[in-house]
Amino acid sequence: MLDFPRWKVISISLLLAFGVLMSLPSLFFGESHKYWPTFLPDETINLGLDLSGGSHILLEADPADVGETRLQTMEESVRAEMRRADPRINIGDISRKDGMLSFMVRDSTQVDAAREALLPLTTGAGLTGQRDWDIEVRDDTRFVVTPTSAGLENAVDNAMDTATDVIRRRIDEMGTREPTIIRQGDTRIVVQVPGLEDPEALKELLGKTAKLDFKLVDFEADPNAVAEGRPPVGSQIFPYPDNPAGLPNIAVKRLGGISGDKLTDAAQGFAPETNAPVVNITFDTEGGAKFARLTQNNVGRPFAIILDGEVLSAPNINEPILGGSAQISGNFTVEGANQLSIALRSGALPVELQVVEERTVGPDLGADSIRKGMIAAIIGTSAVLAFMVVTYGRFGFYANFALTLNLFLILGVMAIFNATLTLPGIAGFILTVGSAVDANVLINERIREERRRGRRVVQAVEVGYKEASRAIFDANITNVIAGLLLFIFGSGPVRGFAVVLIIGIITSVFTAVVVTRMLVALWLRRTRPQELVI
Amino acid sequence: MKLLKLVPDDTNIAFLKWRNIAVAISILMIIGSMALVAQRGLNFGVDFVGGQMIRTTFTQTTDAPITELREKVGALGYGDPTIQRFGQPNEVSIRMKLPTGADQEPELANTMADQITGMLKTEYPDVRIDGVDSVSGKVSEELLSKGVWSLVGAMLAITLYIWIRFEWQFGAGALFALFHDVALTFGFFALTQLEFNLNIVAALLTIIGYSLNDTIVVYDRIRENLKKYRKMDIVALLDLSVNETLARTVMTSLTMLVALVALIIWGPDVIFGFAAAMFLGVLIGTYSSVYMAAPILIWLKVGPDSFIPPETAGGKAERVGGPEEVG
Repeated sequence: MLDFPRWKVISISLLLAFGVLMSLPSLFFGESHKYWPTFLPDETINLGLDLSGGSHILLEADPADVGETRLQTMEESVRAEMRRADPRINIGDISRKDGMLSFMVRDSTQVDAAREALLPLTTGAGLTGQRDWDIEVRDDTRFVVTPTSAGLENAVDNAMDTATDVIRRRIDEMGTREPTIIRQGDTRIVVQVPGLEDPEALKELLGKTAKLDFKLVDFEADPNAVAEGRPPVGSQIFPYPDNPAGLPNIAVKRLGGISGDKLTDAAQGFAPETNAPVVNITFDTEGGAKFARLTQNNVGRPFAIILDGEVLSAPNINEPILGGSAQISGNFTVEGANQLSIALRSGALPVELQVVEERTVGPDLGADSIRKGMIAAIIGTSAVLAFMVVTYGRFGFYANFALTLNLFLILGVMAIFNATLTLPGIAGFILTVGSAVDANVLINERIREERRRGRRVVQAVEVGYKEASRAIFDANITNVIAGLLLFIFGSGPVRGFAVVLIIGIITSVFTAVVVTRMLVALWLRRTRPQELVI
Repeated sequence: MKLLKLVPDDTNIAFLKWRNIAVAISILMIIGSMALVAQRGLNFGVDFVGGQMIRTTFTQTTDAPITELREKVGALGYGDPTIQRFGQPNEVSIRMKLPTGADQEPELANTMADQITGMLKTEYPDVRIDGVDSVSGKVSEELLSKGVWSLVGAMLAITLYIWIRFEWQFGAGALFALFHDVALTFGFFALTQLEFNLNIVAALLTIIGYSLNDTIVVYDRIRENLKKYRKMDIVALLDLSVNETLARTVMTSLTMLVALVALIIWGPDVIFGFAAAMFLGVLIGTYSSVYMAAPILIWLKVGPDSFIPPETAGGKAERVGGPEEVG
């Protein structure tokens, strides 16, 4: 017990000093952080959204949605391939149902040729050579194309990756600071934005698919049929809420339109004549050429601007638009036009996302929680410290010194890992204070006991530490098990609690056992007491 | 200097004399808790049943207009809200269950929350939105099943650990004590109808960890004494072990309770339920280590031979301590 080598003392002291140093930047948050010297470590603890205020938004995509879009693309590819085949393969009775595409080859001698033409469409993009689609021929001439589960998974995965990028661009465009955007699981994206006053604008932006299409208006369609939702052959019907003609719908030509995903820029502006807010868009070279061709061939006719399945406006093409830029008019507010331009600039979402969970904490409540948490921590800690000194005297003082160091160490370790402090985390902090002294209580009570049994001072201390260590170890392991399960299954703020708990357990064993042992050993060696007040 | 001694030296309370009565009472309490949970149910928060909860402060009004709020939120057509004061009289929480049709349209919970905040902002200009939680049905189901799994997982993992470190009887005793603690805490929440949310699951897991901490300290001493006093009657030996560790049990429980009282009185309102659950858990956990975990060892026939000497049993890992000489 008495021989506590110098190298041990030095390395323990260095380790403690390092831990305390690492904790300091976190204690200088806010304004005072400016005065923190730059040559010292700068890692700080993150404040959780429940303390800093902010929004946590969980977005979810419907995989069936991805499948449907993919099937639609497949249908278009199949039509194109069959048309392109030489000789042309006539197909008919095309339908999409239950996630499958089926069609009939009209001439049964062409079945083999059709299969040949289809095959290249069915292999996956990956290097593994896996098949994305299965082809089956039923009743000699009917083809059924079914997506393989691997292919669908892959498609969902790609769509979610793209969606995450699009979301990131949109949030960056909004100018919010330090957002966190993470893909979670197969179909979810977590968005965390600290210090946001009003999450509604953000949610609106995130929920917008922003799929833009330009299609020619079918002005020959019978208005009554359109009103009833019956499209003429070769046309389809879209809702048109701001239709100046008063009808709720409008019919547009299925073919011959162009899609608005080939943009290089979009910005909010004002229409020169009316001064109404509009969105100015610029096509890339390919899109510009297509748009020029569309407008050249259809001067004098109206075309519909369709956003996410709804017609915004249907202006007349007064003259060919050759410069590669155009103006989207609609019943916009400035803010709405601005949002749409952000959404268009950052690209369309490949899949619709829904908000399935939102946790928003106002900045006032967060600040209030920090203040009250600090007060409770200070009162609780002081009471425990006083209690320890009253009960164990000198040994209580050593325990308190260790406990105080432990608090710094927890902060230091959290800072090193850039861990997040949440409101339950503060509670965990206070609980750690209560339970960290347990190790010292165990040791000190054991020393008392050994003294009662008549052991000499040094021996009593030695046995006390040795015998208590076993129970301390076992008890803390079970706490770590509970903490780990909390971390694995917990979410958000509760995870923050688990982090504090686990770190606190590890550091407290170190300070409560190793550090106090060192202090006690040094004291015993210096004074060699014959009596022990404990 | 005279130091405080909460438990006098040579305390010798015959704890286990009352074991039959204590265990009977505990079992009745467990049954009572289960009946309470079955009859009154738990007041699940939005975390576990979905829906939305808004916390709001009326900054210019001393009393929040609760009746009026109830009507106005009800008029939105999503059903009747549960409106409660928390903290100050001008602070209220507005809670809504999942609206009908939310299982087809997962975003409905969030749309509902947006409409209520929108209504609050237009109708009451002085309102400050302090927090919005909206959870769809699917997410809340996941949170619930994760919560259940974490509790079950923690109980089993810890039991397994004790079985490995001690003996199977000790594992069974610990599991029973844990079950007791968790059941009574559930009963407390059914009785008080305090909101049961994610934080409470965290509290339950901490209670499990803490209660075990206590149990292990007692068990560790039992193991030590079993090796030391091989001829002693098991009841007397358990009593001795509980008494020897009593000073520590009382001291640690008190420091925990002191820290928790600070949290209950001065801490943030949001974690009041958490702190209250922990407070209760510490009390129950301390009791269960004495009256649940220890007597079971008698009934499971633990004796000095439960710990076979290392040389005969092929030296299992748990035999670290070895027989202790008396000084």
